[in-house]
Amino acid sequence: MQITVTVNGTTHAHDVEPRTLLVHYLREVVGLTGTNIGCDTSSCGACTVHLNGASVKSCTVLAVQADGQSITTIEGLANGSELHPMQQAFMENHGLQCGYCTPGMVMAATSLLEENPHPTEQDVRLGLEGNLCRCTGYHNIVKSVLAAAEGANA
Amino acid sequence: MTVVDTPPAGVIGTRRLRREDPALLTGEAKYTNDLPIPGALHLALVRSPYAHAKILNIDLSAALAAQGVVAAYTGSDLQALWASPMPCAWPVTPDMKNPAHYPLALSKACYVGDGVACVLATSETAARDAAELVVVDYEPLPAVTNLEAALADDVVIHDEIGTNKSYTWDLKIGEDAVTQAFADAAYTVSERYVQQRLLPMAMEPRAVAAVPQPFGGDVTLYSATQVPHILKIMAALTCGIPEQQLRVVAPAVGGGFGSKLNVYAEELLCLGLSRKHGAPVRWNEERTENSQATIHGRAQIQHIELAADSNGKLTAVRVRLLADMGAYLQLVTPGVPLLGAFLYAGVYDLPQAYDFSCTSVFTTMTPTDAYRGAGRPEATYAIERAMDALAREVGVDPMEIRRRNFIQADQFPYTAMTGLTYDSGDHQAAADKAMEMVGYADLRARQTTQNVDGATKRLGIGISSYFEMCGLAPSRVLASLNYGAGGWEAATVRILPTNKVQVVTGATPHGQGHVTSWSMIVADKLGVDPEDVDVLHSDTAISPLGLDTYGSRSLVVGGVAIDMACDRVLDKARKIAAHQLECDAEDLDFAGGVFSVKGSPDKQAPLAGVAFAAFTAHDLPDGVEPNLEAHVTYDPPNFSWPFGTHICVVEVDTETGQVDVVQYVAVDDCGNQINPLIVDGQVHGGVIQGLAQALFEEAVYDADGNLQTSTLAEYLVPSAADVPQVTTGHTITPSPTNPLGVKGIGEAGTIGAAPAVINAVVDALSGLGVTEMPMPASPLNVWTAIQAAQSTTVQEGNA
Repeated sequence: MQITVTVNGTTHAHDVEPRTLLVHYLREVVGLTGTNIGCDTSSCGACTVHLNGASVKSCTVLAVQADGQSITTIEGLANGSELHPMQQAFMENHGLQCGYCTPGMVMAATSLLEENPHPTEQDVRLGLEGNLCRCTGYHNIVKSVLAAAEGANA
Repeated sequence: MTVVDTPPAGVIGTRRLRREDPALLTGEAKYTNDLPIPGALHLALVRSPYAHAKILNIDLSAALAAQGVVAAYTGSDLQALWASPMPCAWPVTPDMKNPAHYPLALSKACYVGDGVACVLATSETAARDAAELVVVDYEPLPAVTNLEAALADDVVIHDEIGTNKSYTWDLKIGEDAVTQAFADAAYTVSERYVQQRLLPMAMEPRAVAAVPQPFGGDVTLYSATQVPHILKIMAALTCGIPEQQLRVVAPAVGGGFGSKLNVYAEELLCLGLSRKHGAPVRWNEERTENSQATIHGRAQIQHIELAADSNGKLTAVRVRLLADMGAYLQLVTPGVPLLGAFLYAGVYDLPQAYDFSCTSVFTTMTPTDAYRGAGRPEATYAIERAMDALAREVGVDPMEIRRRNFIQADQFPYTAMTGLTYDSGDHQAAADKAMEMVGYADLRARQTTQNVDGATKRLGIGISSYFEMCGLAPSRVLASLNYGAGGWEAATVRILPTNKVQVVTGATPHGQGHVTSWSMIVADKLGVDPEDVDVLHSDTAISPLGLDTYGSRSLVVGGVAIDMACDRVLDKARKIAAHQLECDAEDLDFAGGVFSVKGSPDKQAPLAGVAFAAFTAHDLPDGVEPNLEAHVTYDPPNFSWPFGTHICVVEVDTETGQVDVVQYVAVDDCGNQINPLIVDGQVHGGVIQGLAQALFEEAVYDADGNLQTSTLAEYLVPSAADVPQVTTGHTITPSPTNPLGVKGIGEAGTIGAAPAVINAVVDALSGLGVTEMPMPASPLNVWTAIQAAQSTTVQEGNA
C-alpha cells in the first residue's frame, strides 16, 4: 500500500506491506534506528514515538495507519546539536545507563509533560508505567522527568 | 571508616555527567541490530516446542520453496561447521558431566526453545515465515522440571552420560568441628529456601551479524555481547577459525546482567553460515526467544543450618545446595554456585567450622548461567534470612544478632575460614549509618503500636548486611577453582602528539559508563582535561587483549590497569623531562600536567611538551624509544570486598497479601568512588533488580516443561509505578589491595536487596506466626503463607 508520512518534518512516500508495523517502517524503510524494539507484546515501550504529538508504541501501530500523519522520533527531538530539555534532564540526572529504553522513555516523558505539566512523583511513575527499564531502577528517570517539568515551569 | 566531607581534588570523586549520554539520548548510538549491513542474509531458528523429545525427522522442503529463502539446515547438516561442541569454560570438578552441545540439536531437543533447524533468507520476515514451514516430527519424552526428582534419574535427559547429575563440589573446613558445634549448640537454625528461576531481561534482546571478507578468510562478528574478547577465543576454537582472522565487535550494548556473558548458538551459526555462504548473516532475537534461548539465572534449592552459642554467636554453618543447570552447561554455568560458596557465612566471624556442598543437576529447562551477582545474591539471601531466623530463636532484634556476629573493623584484613582474605571493612559502621538513615528505633516503636492483634496493615523492617566477593579475579585463585581462564585485565595509555590521550581498555561497557569513569582516572593522573581522553573499547581489532565486563570487575581490575599504565607513561615522560631540564628524573615532581624540579618549581616541563618531544624523537635521552605509550596487564592480588547494610520497610496488607515497600535505604561501601553519580546509579538499578526477585519475578514452568512466562506481559519486570525510591548512603573504606582504593559496585544492590525485602515481609507477619515466605512474595504467595501460618496456629491451639 502507498503511504505518505511526515517523519521529523520530512515527508516520505513509500509502498509498504499492509502488515508492516510502524516501528519496522521507521527503522527499516525510513532508516531511523533510534527507535528500539524490546519486546513483541507491546509491553516494554522502547519503541515509543509521537504520532501527531501524542506518544504511541510504534509496535502497536501499522505503518498504513500512519498514512497522512506526522511522526516524531527520538532523532527529531533535539534542536540541531542542542538537546531537548528532556534529553538534557536525563543527562543531568543520570536517567540512563545502557540507553536502550531511553529513546522510548524520553518520548513517553515529553508526552507526559504535555498532558500534565506539573506532575507529582506518583504521576510520573504511573505515567511511565508502560515503559520498562532494567538498568536504573527508575529512580533517576523519575528525577529526570520531575527536573524537566520544574525547568519548563521555572 | 572515613566519611569524606572534604571536596575531592581533581575530577575523581565528582558527580561528572556521562560522555556516553548524548549519543544514547538522540538515537545516534548504534546497537547491533541498527547496523546497516548490505547484502546480509537473515537467520531464523526453528525451536523445539517440547521440553524433551526425540527428533525423528525434519522436512525442510516447504521452507526451501518459500519466497526469499536461500537455504535451510538441520543440526546434522551443519555438523561439519564445528570443530568442537559449544564451550563450557568452567569444569569445576574432574568428573563433572558435560554433555556435548551443538548450536543445533542433533537427535534430541532438551528444552523448549532448543534450536533444531534454521533458515537463511533475504529478509528477516521471509526467514521467520519460512521457519514456520519446517516440519519436525518429534517423539515427546517426559519433562524434568523438578530438581529433587531429577536427581532420582527416573528420566535421564542425556543418555550418553547416564545421569542427570553434573557434579558435586564441596568446601569443607573442619568437618569434626562442624559436627561438634552442632552437638554443643545452644541454638540451631535449619532453613530451606528456593531461589526461583529468573529471566535476566536486558532491554536489548541479543543480536548478531557476521560479516566475512570476500577474500582472505577474515570475518568480523558483531554481537550484543558483554564479552567480545572471550567470545573471539571461544568462537575461533569452536568454529575452527584461525584466531587472527576473527574480529569481534560489541557495538552499543543494551544491558547484559550476565545474560550476554556467554557464547551462544546464534553467534556460532551466524559465523559458520557466513563463511559457508560467503555472505553476511545476521540474526535478531525476539523477546519470546530471549526468554527461552538466552540463559536464565538463580534456580537453586538451599538448605542452610546455623549453630550458635548461648549468646547467639555463630559456631558453625552447614549448607547443602541443589543447583539447576538447565539442559546443558553454557559458558560458566557450573561455576555459578561456586561464586557463592565462600559467602554463606556472610559478614560474620566464623571459626573453622564450615561445611558447604553443592550438587548440580540437569533439567529440561533453558540453561542457567551468570545473572547479576551470580551465586553471591543466593548465598547472601540464605545467610541473611537464616540470621533473622536465629534472631527469632535467640529472642533478640535482627540487628542485635548481626552486631554480635559482625567481623569487627579491627580484624581487617581478615582471613576467613575459607582461606580467603577480606581486604577491608567496617560492618557496624555501615549498619549504624543505615539504621540512622531509616530511623530504625522510631520504626520499631511504630511497629509495636501498628502491628496489634487484628491489624490488617502490618509494618515490617528487614535488614540485610552483605559482603560481595567481586573484581573477578586473581588468576591463581581461578586456577584453584578450575576456571578455564585468568582474571587479569589489560590497558594501554598513549599520549598523542598534541597531548590528547587515548586509552584502550579490555573492559567492555554496556551501560556502566566506563568511558566517563576511565577518562576521570586518566585526567587526574596525567593532569589533562577528561574531555581530552578518548577511551577505545569493545573491538578486538582495537583492543586485542581483554577479559571483559562481569563480576563487578571493570573498575577494580580494568580501571586499576589504566591507573598503572598512566604510571608507566609518566615514568617514561619523567626521563624525557629530566633530559630537557638537565636534572635527574628523581628530582622531578609531577602535578597538574607539569614536571617541575624539586626546590626550583619555576624550572618546568609540561607534559604537552614532553609528549611532542617524544613524538618528534629529535632529542630523546639515550635508550629511550619514541612516543609515550604503555601497556599494562594487571592481575589483581585479591578479590575486592564491597559491603554494606540495606534496610527495607514494608507494609503488608494481610487481607490481600499486597506488599508495599514504603522505604528502602541502601548503605554501600565500595571504597573510594571515582564517580558517585554512577555509583548511585548502579545501586539504584541493582536494588530494584533484587527487589524484583523478592516481589515480582519468576520464570514459571509447567509440569510439561513449558515456560509460561516468556513475554514481558507474563514475566513481571517491574515498572516505575511498582517500585520505591531508593535512598542511598555510603561509608568509604578504601581497599588496601589496589592503588585506587576501589571496590566493585555493579552487583552490590542486587546482592543486598532480596533478603532485606523478604526479611521485612516476614518481620511484618511474624505476629501472625509467619516464618516461611517464598519468592516472589506476590500477593497470592503472601496471602497463602498467612493462611498456612494461621491454620498451623489454630491446629496447635486445638491440640
